[in-house]
Amino acid sequence: MVEAATHHVDKNIKNIDFVDIGKSIVARPEFFSFIALVILVVATSFSNENFLTVDNLMNITRQVSITAIIAVGMTFVILTGGIDLSVGAIVALSSTVMAGMITNMGFPFWLASSLAVVAGMLVGLTSGVFIARFALPPIIVTLAMMEIPRGMGLLYTNGYPLPIDRVFGYLGREYVLGIPIPTLMMLAVFAVAYVILNRLPIGRYVYAVGGNEDAAILSGIRTGRIKLMVYAISGVTAGIAGVIQTSRLLSGQPNSAIGMELDAIAAVVLGGTSIAGGRGHIFGTLIGALLLGVLNNSLNMIGLSPYSQRIVKGVILLIAVLFGFLRKPNRK
Amino acid sequence: MLEMKHITKRFPGVLALSDISLTLERGRVHAVVGENGAGKSTLMKVLSGVYKADDGEILIDSKPVQPTNTRESQKLGINIIFQEFSLVPYLNAYENIFLGREIRSPLGLLDRRSMRHKAREALDSLNVHFPLDRAVADLTVAEQQSVEIIKATIFKCDYLVLDEPTATLTPREVEKLFEVINRLKSRDVGCFFISHHLDEIYQIADTVSVLRDGAHVFTGPIGSCNQDELIAKMVGRSVTQAFPPKRRRPVTDAAPLLDVRKLKFHGSDRLSFQIRKGEILGVAGLVGAGRTESFLALIGKDPTEEKEVYLNGKPIALRSPHEALASGIGYLPEDRKKSGLFLPFSIRSNIVISSLGRVKDRFGFVSARKERETSGRYIDRMRIRTTSDLKTVSELSGGNQQKAIIARSLATDCQLLIFDEPTRGIDVGAKAEIYVMLQELAEQGLGIVVISSDLPEVIGVCDRVLVMRYGSIRAELTGPDINSEKIMLYASGGENG
Ligand SMILES: Nc1ncnc2c1ncn2[C@@H]1O[C@H](COP(=O)(O)OP(=O)(O)OP(=O)(O)O)[C@@H](O)[C@H]1O
Ligand SMILES: [Mg+2]
Repeated sequence: MVEAATHHVDKNIKNIDFVDIGKSIVARPEFFSFIALVILVVATSFSNENFLTVDNLMNITRQVSITAIIAVGMTFVILTGGIDLSVGAIVALSSTVMAGMITNMGFPFWLASSLAVVAGMLVGLTSGVFIARFALPPIIVTLAMMEIPRGMGLLYTNGYPLPIDRVFGYLGREYVLGIPIPTLMMLAVFAVAYVILNRLPIGRYVYAVGGNEDAAILSGIRTGRIKLMVYAISGVTAGIAGVIQTSRLLSGQPNSAIGMELDAIAAVVLGGTSIAGGRGHIFGTLIGALLLGVLNNSLNMIGLSPYSQRIVKGVILLIAVLFGFLRKPNRK
Repeated sequence: MLEMKHITKRFPGVLALSDISLTLERGRVHAVVGENGAGKSTLMKVLSGVYKADDGEILIDSKPVQPTNTRESQKLGINIIFQEFSLVPYLNAYENIFLGREIRSPLGLLDRRSMRHKAREALDSLNVHFPLDRAVADLTVAEQQSVEIIKATIFKCDYLVLDEPTATLTPREVEKLFEVINRLKSRDVGCFFISHHLDEIYQIADTVSVLRDGAHVFTGPIGSCNQDELIAKMVGRSVTQAFPPKRRRPVTDAAPLLDVRKLKFHGSDRLSFQIRKGEILGVAGLVGAGRTESFLALIGKDPTEEKEVYLNGKPIALRSPHEALASGIGYLPEDRKKSGLFLPFSIRSNIVISSLGRVKDRFGFVSARKERETSGRYIDRMRIRTTSDLKTVSELSGGNQQKAIIARSLATDCQLLIFDEPTRGIDVGAKAEIYVMLQELAEQGLGIVVISSDLPEVIGVCDRVLVMRYGSIRAELTGPDINSEKIMLYASGGENG
């Protein structure tokens, strides 16, 4: 007995979004991260009155902005069932390209930063070609791409940081309306990603490739192009992160962002996106990135040693993934 | 004796089973029939511990049991074979059969020889034959099913559940399966048997039970009612099983819609055939005849060696399914789990995924309203049984999932639709509705291709039939020549085959 009329659709149901539909917020895998975030904020603000201040909160969002922006691109990639290990190296490349253009060639800021982002995109496209065209496993291709861009950055700067003038620190260090510019950029990147993933057909295709590639091909989706696109997007977001970092540190850093890809992946996974692809939400990634940022900040404030911090982070990641797994649909 | 008493199972918004009591005796075959979504699979999943019943109990020889997963139910002697097989594709037959229950030598190493030997014995005892060393991915569906059956019966097995085991089999393979079931019967194994092919029920079952909308409406010996009575019990009214009358349309000499002059892929002959506007072209043949392969090659999913195709008289390259769809050629895959459904998606997204270009607003964004309207329209048209189209598609029953992917093809607005095994897992009443729909589409001027192993279906709805064997077209039948004798004759290589 179907309790509502059979084969009759309830027209009043709101269009939430098209994947985790109909599930209450509690059933979403990123719910754990959200709760953990809230608990963490409350607990830390009780134990340290410096935590819940506007300054500190702004500071946290600026700190997470780089990881969060990279994690946006990573979300696209993981939704298709892929992985991108090259993003840390792209940050380094983007950073040295930008500093080199400014300091060695005297390019204006806008041009140098655009070229840095383009460089990131080109690396992403290269990975994409190998993955989409030659069907190589993403983990191997991007493992190779972890080396090449970083090597190029090191070669270009001889392994040393390449300083830029203080005037170029505006983007990384200043505020608009009291909000750090990197934070605003992060929000903008999330907004664009939201529109692409949830409002454009192409976003639906990203989910489809990860949901069932065979079915995607037979549904007329150009899966190769979609894959190419997601790695390009990942390159672009890593490139943007490189620009912000350069402006903030006032130098191109070929040795920066080592291991950053793992933070980005952690943010995506904490945000409830399935590592197998096809399932997840971009706002989950924001929650995941914030959780990581707040965790860093509050563990510091509590005075936990960096060594113990790593243990705590690992445990939280495991619990979050376990929680998401236990709440997977179709499990009792 | 296996008894289920007062089983009740709810899903959010749906009472899937309400107070169902069935018994299965050893050495008997008990058929369970009902419409799509009636609750058959759910009942069997409760029995095998996949789902926990909200109410009711299960008794084996009057002792209550409570399996909470399939491993536990196996220990109790209850084995279930789901319609989607659970074999590991890269392992061979005996590795699959003994997976997780390997025979070990005294040193704890795998004892391959005994496993092989035991598997071979099991094969022989069921009188089936296929290579044990080949990866199961390379076996035919029927052979894979035999692997499943042996896996289920090689250890303790008193009761076996077969959920739509014949849906993917050809008639000859079905006979073979029945032989196997009869052997199991003589070994005192009791079987629950689910199928939408009622004639099969009459061949194999001793008892039949009918579920309707989650309620138990009938149980009786198989001889106690005929097919029409059974159908009436399933749907709660009488329906005709008959095929819609074929329109007597004149043989058109008009230019074909799709003219396939040359099509050759690895292992095939050079094929050539035409599809006309307003006709339903059937493609028959045995498993391995190359029917699916031909059409996957045609639409550009698989590589070809030669291809020369004209659409409405103009040459067309068809390099990918995307190009095919863009020029109005749609394809419905035969294996809905593997290449049809997006399991994490909602029903709505599954329906509109191929036609998102048509539900955009003027800014290029997907319009939630148009999307909802489109999916709602096809859900009504296909009578997909659900309370909301925002539910995950995996919450639908098997037959309703099939309807959802048919809906996807219909929503594309193609001029040529290729349906590969379109009615697989669909109940009797809904089948008849789909046939009427195919006729209507053809009348609107579409070209329809129906690849099917269901002979009555091919004979009942097609205007012209191609019979394939070993990658070549052996016959083209029209009018009264479309009958099972002729089709089987050419399909199995008779008449200068
Ligand atoms: N995991 C699930 N979550 C929610 N609802 C479900 C789930 N599985 C089944 N249902 C619902 O329970 C009802 C019975 O489904 P079931 O799969 O048992 O039908 P069935 O008789 O096997 O149909 P079919 O002939 O199409 O295979 C349907 O309304 C279906 O939508
Ligand atoms: Mg079923």
